[in-house]
Amino acid sequence: MKLKLASAAIGALLAASPALADLVFPDLSYRTGPFAAGGIPFSDGYQDYFTLVNERDGGIGGVKARVIECETAYNTEKGVECYEATKGEGALIYQPLSTGITYQLIPKVSADKIPLHTMGYGRTSATNGRVFEWVFNYPANYWDAASVAINYLLDENGGSLEGKKIALLYHNSAYGKEPIPTLEALAAKHGYSLSLLPVDSPGQEQKSQWLQIRRERPDVVLMWGWGVMNQVAVQEAANIRFPMENFIGNWWAGAEHDVTPAGMAANGYKSLNMNRIADFPVFEDIRTHVHGKGLAAGDGSNVGKVLYTRGMYAAMLAVEAAKKAQETHGTANITAAMMRDGMEALEMTSEMMEALGAPGIGPEFSVSCEAHGGSGMGIVQQWNAAEGRWIALTDYIAPDQDVIAPLVEQDSMAYASENNLSLRCE
Amino acid sequence: MPDQFLYAVEVMINGLMAGVLYALVALGFVLIFKASGIFNYAQGVLALFAALTLVGLQKGQIPFAHLINAAFGTKVHYFGWTMPTFLAIALTIVVMILLAIAIERFILKHLVNQEPIILFMATIGLAYFLEGLGDVMWGADVKTLDVGLPQGASEWVEEASAVLGGDGFYGFFIDKLDIVAALVAAVLVITLTIFSQYSKQGRALRAVADDHQAALSVGISLRFIWVLVWSIAGIVALVAGIMWGAKSGVQFSLSLIALKALPVLMLGGFTSIPGAIVGGLIIGVGEKLFEFTIGSMIGGATENWFAYVLALVFLVFRPQGLFGEKIIERV
Repeated sequence: MKLKLASAAIGALLAASPALADLVFPDLSYRTGPFAAGGIPFSDGYQDYFTLVNERDGGIGGVKARVIECETAYNTEKGVECYEATKGEGALIYQPLSTGITYQLIPKVSADKIPLHTMGYGRTSATNGRVFEWVFNYPANYWDAASVAINYLLDENGGSLEGKKIALLYHNSAYGKEPIPTLEALAAKHGYSLSLLPVDSPGQEQKSQWLQIRRERPDVVLMWGWGVMNQVAVQEAANIRFPMENFIGNWWAGAEHDVTPAGMAANGYKSLNMNRIADFPVFEDIRTHVHGKGLAAGDGSNVGKVLYTRGMYAAMLAVEAAKKAQETHGTANITAAMMRDGMEALEMTSEMMEALGAPGIGPEFSVSCEAHGGSGMGIVQQWNAAEGRWIALTDYIAPDQDVIAPLVEQDSMAYASENNLSLRCE
Repeated sequence: MPDQFLYAVEVMINGLMAGVLYALVALGFVLIFKASGIFNYAQGVLALFAALTLVGLQKGQIPFAHLINAAFGTKVHYFGWTMPTFLAIALTIVVMILLAIAIERFILKHLVNQEPIILFMATIGLAYFLEGLGDVMWGADVKTLDVGLPQGASEWVEEASAVLGGDGFYGFFIDKLDIVAALVAAVLVITLTIFSQYSKQGRALRAVADDHQAALSVGISLRFIWVLVWSIAGIVALVAGIMWGAKSGVQFSLSLIALKALPVLMLGGFTSIPGAIVGGLIIGVGEKLFEFTIGSMIGGATENWFAYVLALVFLVFRPQGLFGEKIIERV
């Protein structure tokens, strides 16, 4: 009996003590299926950065980061399965790289109290931290992207888009439809006409849409595409001889593999980007401490590419938020709730990015209880087919918050009302 | 002529061209179904696998490089040479024939006399296996396919037809790649027809299609016929993979082109080569004209579902499809 009591007491003590576990960062990746070409470089960058932090710095605040990879194949059901399978491991944050999965996870992470970071995708109005306690979408969201594109066009057209015809070619899904309210509101403000051209997933066949573009001759075509839709659209634009400099994709339609299949015909195509592309010093660290030790997540061929850089940037923001959480709570062994606090206190400055070996990789921004969306800034880049690389055309452009903020307020409040949520940060 | 009418004609022509591309995929399904009663779920993946193999051979990519590198700590990806297109296509055909032999040897041979649903399930497994094999062999990145096919608007057609309309009419747009696809499809259908009508193997294939047991009783080897038909379906898949891959690059979404073939098969019938062609053309024109006339009024993106609606309408009147065999089963 005494032995049993002693065993129970030791068990209870162990359970009550802070576990010396790793910091868990699940990676809901997609290395298979129709969207693998985008999922692989992002996941490689995401994982390589955590490995770098472990190998070079000994972890985050002395605690090793552990990445649990789970294959979603960009399938919403599989994404939810991955979430359910990994959340019990002590997950600190989820970054599913899919708007469809994001929409399914929003109620789940809110119930389980685990932060969800949807960088440049997901539900735009989640930027309102008063409603969405567990969801973050810094440094920018879809509505920011739409506004950045229009601000760029305003700049290119002497400050006026009056009478211009803009067409939105979009993936006919929740993702593709996201920018429509913003572009319509901006159309009312700036006097351009907007035509909507949905493309059914996956987007292998777009002849009807491009024949319509050829008939209607819009001044500019904006594209919200992903996967094969992007490559086909660039090729079809070249086929009808649409001026590539007037064809602008969003930041999910601006990777190298989106343009290379069309060869030289893709020259001049533009896209937005939420993160700058450069040969950052941090890549050298990754080559030395990660790839050099045979610890690369992939084959090492993606370092420096658009989506690799974005995946690495996503991991970098997670690591910085974890550091902030450790600092705020005075413990290296943080929980998901502490991670959320760290994310709400995150501030990315130029000095920080430089110190991290990635100067200017993203815009400067800070997060707060009310504002989970960052600065919303983005750049415009252009494909140089001869050199086989993207060239930044602009510095970070700010979105039109006068238009976006009311839309965010309206949508997030509707969500709060539907779900009987009380507002935070009051 | 009013521009709107000319635009409708342009849409119709492009619908016909798209229909040819759908028919190319449907052809592979028909060939296998006709000879063996198997609905080959893996036909789309065959097109992907063939295109991946073609690009890999062309560019001198080392198959299974990731596995080799992971196992031996090497960093090899390419042999360092490129292969002429003609030779790469010939070798890809050899690979597709070897694949057909392997499919017969390891899957079909063991499923003789099984229910069609069992064979169908086996092809689902085959699809997943081939997709994974393609990934491991050649990698999942988007590959540029360059076999010298022309792309872009046919300027001759544009200029010749521009005079038909007013100032706002720029002439008919026809993609040169679509014209090539139409010619290739025509050659393919003629070759297949001649082969099945006039060659010994072709007649054996038709005999098996008509009655397995009767064919066996006169000494026709079912196993040989299955290898033959899967080889031909593999070659047809290569052609489809080249045409579709030229538009989008070779990537894993190529396997989804099979979805565009299903309504074509429903409409044209699962057992008719002309049915696949005519079905493809009807679906292509129908979905494009519907999108042009009605699509914009109801939010667009109608093509995927309208193709199935069109096929279902035909099925109401001809359940076996336009050219399918009427099968009456009595209890």
